[in-house]
Amino acid sequence: MTQGMRIGVVTFPGSLDDRDAARAVRIAGGEAVALWHGDADLHGVDAVILPGGFSYGDYLRCGAIARFAPVMEPLIDAANGGLPVLGICNGFQVLCESHLLPGALVRNDHLHFICRDQQIRIESTTTAWTSSYAAGQEIVIPLKNGEGGYVADSATLDQLEGDGRVVARYVGINPNGSRRDIAGISNARGNVVGLMPHPEHAVESLTGPTTDGLAFFTSVLAGMVNA
Amino acid sequence: MARVVIDVMLKPEILDPQGKAVEGALSRLGLAAVTSVRQGKTFTLELAGDVDDTTLAQLHTLAATLLSNPVIEDYVIREVTA
Repeated sequence: MTQGMRIGVVTFPGSLDDRDAARAVRIAGGEAVALWHGDADLHGVDAVILPGGFSYGDYLRCGAIARFAPVMEPLIDAANGGLPVLGICNGFQVLCESHLLPGALVRNDHLHFICRDQQIRIESTTTAWTSSYAAGQEIVIPLKNGEGGYVADSATLDQLEGDGRVVARYVGINPNGSRRDIAGISNARGNVVGLMPHPEHAVESLTGPTTDGLAFFTSVLAGMVNA
Repeated sequence: MARVVIDVMLKPEILDPQGKAVEGALSRLGLAAVTSVRQGKTFTLELAGDVDDTTLAQLHTLAATLLSNPVIEDYVIREVTA
């Protein structure tokens, strides 16, 4: 039913979760298309994933240099036009640096890199990437970051909460000092989602703590079928 | 030839855990009089030619888009020397 849905996965210098993201797309039933940071166009894909990793070595600020990569120019235009885009971890940082999402991600408040299986609650199921979850559903997926503290001014945080744009919140512990326990947010239209934890690492029982992450990828594929 | 020095600092309301860590180390070294440390970045740019108004405007654009993230940071063009 999702045959022929093509989801691009961008590889920047220093990306490291691009392979897992592509694998998650295939397991969800889509076709993964490798996009290169130097590409001038998006090869006609139906959605794009910006994967985790350390693009450009996290130099300057996480995601700051990737934001000016050639592929980002058509991507920003397409995202503003409604193309579903998911930024995971470093991808979330790139989306914030690109101003496709508000706020920024800063050094974890405890200064340590953190790697753990993290419980999060899906707060919004109206985005392109979370429609297959139940509202309020709690899931466990891996989290691994050094600069995962989500910050924005109070007015922006109030607006995100008021508009239902907080996509996921940390449950149990707040692992990185994110304001209001925010683990993921969306743009106003709901096609662009940034998420700090890694759903692509929780798509099969052999390698993941759960398969809870798979629904991010089936959501976008289902959305394309219905569109 | 001109040299331009640009400082970038986290906004005062943004927690600076690195500065906090340095602050803790300083007090352990006996510098009890230090009450706060904030850590920032300095960029030194060497330019061919002089810095005219057009170049200065471009430098501000560069500082506000690439060198700093205005959501969390402030920048200041501290020094322009010919």
